[in-house]
Amino acid sequence: MYLNEFLLLAAFLFCTGIYGVLARRNGVLVLMSVELILNAVNINLVAFGAFRHTVAGQIFALFVIAVAAAEVGVGLAIVLLIYRNKRSIDLSEIDALKG
Amino acid sequence: MLRNAWLFPLIPAVSFWIILFFGKKLPKKGSEVGIAALLACWVLAAISAVQWVRLPHSKEHLREPVERHLFNWFSNGKVHIRFGIHVDGLTIMMLVVVTTISLLVHIYSTSYMEGDRRFTYYYAALSLFTASMLLLVVSDNLLQLLVGWELVGLCSFMLIGHWWEEKDNSNAALKAFFTTRTGDVGLMIGIIILFFAAGQTFDIARINELALNHGISHSLVLWGAFGLFCGVIGKSAQFPLHTWLPDAMAGPTPVSALIHAATMVVAGVYLVARTYGVFYSGFSMQVGGVNLVAIIGGITVIIAAALAFVQSDIKKVLAYSTISQLGYMVMALGVGAWTAGIFHLFTHAFFKGLLFLGAGSVSHAVHSFDMKKDMGGLKKWMPQTHTTFVIGSLALAGIFPLAGFWSKDEILLGASKNGYPLFLAVGIVGAFMTAAYMTRCVYLTFYGEFRGHGHPHESPKAITVPLWILTVLSIGAGWLSIGQTFSKWTANETFEFINTKVRTIEHPFNIGLAAGSTVVAVLGILIAGLYYWRNIGPREVRNPAAKAGYRLLVNKYYLDDLYTGVIVGGISGPIARAAYWINQNVIDGVVNGVGVATRAVGRFTYNVIDQKGVDGLVNGAGFSAEEGGSILRTIQTGRVQQYAAVMFGAAFVFAVVLYLNVT
Amino acid sequence: MDHLNVAQQAAFAGIALAMVISALRVVTTTNVVHAALYLVVVLAGVGMQFLLLGAEYTAVTQVIVYIGAIVVLFLFGIFLTRAPIGSTAGLDNDQRWAALIVSLFVFGLLAYTLNDFFRGTKIDFAGPQTSAQVGDSMFQNYVIPFEVVSVLLLAALVGAIVIARRD
Repeated sequence: MYLNEFLLLAAFLFCTGIYGVLARRNGVLVLMSVELILNAVNINLVAFGAFRHTVAGQIFALFVIAVAAAEVGVGLAIVLLIYRNKRSIDLSEIDALKG
Repeated sequence: MLRNAWLFPLIPAVSFWIILFFGKKLPKKGSEVGIAALLACWVLAAISAVQWVRLPHSKEHLREPVERHLFNWFSNGKVHIRFGIHVDGLTIMMLVVVTTISLLVHIYSTSYMEGDRRFTYYYAALSLFTASMLLLVVSDNLLQLLVGWELVGLCSFMLIGHWWEEKDNSNAALKAFFTTRTGDVGLMIGIIILFFAAGQTFDIARINELALNHGISHSLVLWGAFGLFCGVIGKSAQFPLHTWLPDAMAGPTPVSALIHAATMVVAGVYLVARTYGVFYSGFSMQVGGVNLVAIIGGITVIIAAALAFVQSDIKKVLAYSTISQLGYMVMALGVGAWTAGIFHLFTHAFFKGLLFLGAGSVSHAVHSFDMKKDMGGLKKWMPQTHTTFVIGSLALAGIFPLAGFWSKDEILLGASKNGYPLFLAVGIVGAFMTAAYMTRCVYLTFYGEFRGHGHPHESPKAITVPLWILTVLSIGAGWLSIGQTFSKWTANETFEFINTKVRTIEHPFNIGLAAGSTVVAVLGILIAGLYYWRNIGPREVRNPAAKAGYRLLVNKYYLDDLYTGVIVGGISGPIARAAYWINQNVIDGVVNGVGVATRAVGRFTYNVIDQKGVDGLVNGAGFSAEEGGSILRTIQTGRVQQYAAVMFGAAFVFAVVLYLNVT
Repeated sequence: MDHLNVAQQAAFAGIALAMVISALRVVTTTNVVHAALYLVVVLAGVGMQFLLLGAEYTAVTQVIVYIGAIVVLFLFGIFLTRAPIGSTAGLDNDQRWAALIVSLFVFGLLAYTLNDFFRGTKIDFAGPQTSAQVGDSMFQNYVIPFEVVSVLLLAALVGAIVIARRD
């Protein structure tokens, strides 16, 4: 197995995630794109862990998963709150901090 | 006494201050103080003369001059301005002359100026004048001499304008002062040139020495001599600055006798005699032929003598005669006849003083100076005055054995022996003219019909006694020439150097020349006498050339018109107006312009720079901050995804940079 | 090329393809629920890649946590925010082209650098990394981050509740 193919796959997922974060209107969909990014990072970590014959790659991936879970929880709570206040989760409508 | 010659200026100066402050309260109103001071000076001068003659002398009759530095007036590094005295034969001669004439004038004035409105002040001025003249005479350096020179000029001004309430008198005083001042410019420049040329010293002996030993470059000596000579031309009334002397006759007659015949006007001659090394070397007198000094002297002799013929005022005749005789003295010095020049000074003082005092005596009797109108036939009423006056005239004309004969003869001798034949001729012609105009003067005053008013009578003793004293001197002074006594007494080491070249002393007496000059003088008297006594000669002149010549003489060669009309008028009129215009328009214009410009600048500064510029900058700063903020504000959309996009873009750029650095 | 590699490569290729397509669908679909389901496919594919790499424990954890919990959360979120069921127009916002450019550039950079650095690098597969190894390492070397993460989870839990409660 080539290291490169995993890394490229991870890069692709990463960039897809970037596109989603930047281009999607719905807040939940943005969070989903963030998940994509995180998973790409995980693949990277594990691939390098395997390449280097170390368990640390997996450990870090586990931590990332845990943190991602926490982040999704809090993020969705915020989205819920936005929905409650604004009746919409269209992110382009949320510009109260406009200068 | 010789070493204490500083007393000579001091005594009259003290008397001046005393008369000034206390004179009015004294019984004789100050005249006694003046006479006492002058008497003391005269005695001291006599003592000094005797002491000088008895000094041990060398084979060439040279006596060591007495020099003394009295004190240092001012020192500045290399320059030392000192007060000192230098006494030699020339000095002694001048001391004798000045004190004698001044004393006689003081005595004379007690009668002549009796009841005058400013009697005390007059005596104070006379004392000051005597002090200044004596200071001038005993000086050993040019600066001190200049001080004396200027002071005598000031006193002359004061005394000419003694009756200044009459405008003519004050004008005459001013004219005298300004004319001599014009010459003094040259004098000062000459002194300065010599000062620097001689290595920053004013000492006369040193300057003479350097000039004769070629220690100073010839052109510097020439210019220095020329400068000094300008002062001489002014002070000694040479052509062209002689015009002040006739006008100066507006002063009291004793003043004219003292200042404008015997003493002040000869200060110029004295200066030339004193600094003769400079003149001899500068004008190259050993060469013969012509030089500036002799030319000016010669011209003066002739033109003044010519003018003396057409005067109707007796004092003016004597004034022109003085100018002419001064011309003789300067001419003598110009032809290298140093001893002759100063000897003529010596004798002239006596007979000219006599003539002036005689004229004063006449005017005292007839209360006028106009010969044609108010005099004539005074012989019978004023015998003493007549006799003394005639003797004085004969002395002036140069008749043997009177004083003028000897001195004039020596001048002619010098001119002929030193290679100045032109001036010999001038001297002879001048002698003829002198004799003639004096005869005319004597005739018009004392002979013929009395044309005036009243009953003239002889003057009091205070007037006639000085006349007789001077007569004696006029007769006997010339006899000092016998045996070269005078030249022996005044022989001077510096001029011995000259004299060995010039050999004046070695030809003491030339019978031929003496006889010739006497004949000429007698001829002059004869012709004039024939004209007046025997009425031989044309009475009415119809010749237009002669008439024009007469007019020229009466108008004094139009020189006065030239000076006052053209030169002074030209300056006071257009130039003064131009200067005023420049002052009002240009200078004031500049000053006002500066003020206007400053105001305009102020206004500009306020409006443009302050209001628009500075405030604009300040406001603009705020405004641009505001605008910048507004522009930058648009970046803040409040939309998170936009921020994220920017962040990702920036991260990309950094990543590229990092990659490029790593590879 | 030995046979095991071929199998691995084939497995990888298949799974990667599925993942790529699903990821693209996640960010382009107009149906929110479909996006969530596509996300499930991607997450599953990631887990399978983990297995291919010999990370058995992580693969299992990935499936349980991500698909089992996080996607459920997403679905709940979709429900609670009344996301429209079915396709809606305009799920992309105005800056989609800029986003596309940025992502393409980033992908280009990453691809280039990876290619530059790691071309031809092989993974020497020495066997799976067992759960025992993971557990040992976790509780020996990384116990403090482990505890911190647990506190983090607690904080997130409390925080989510505080943020989302009604009062």
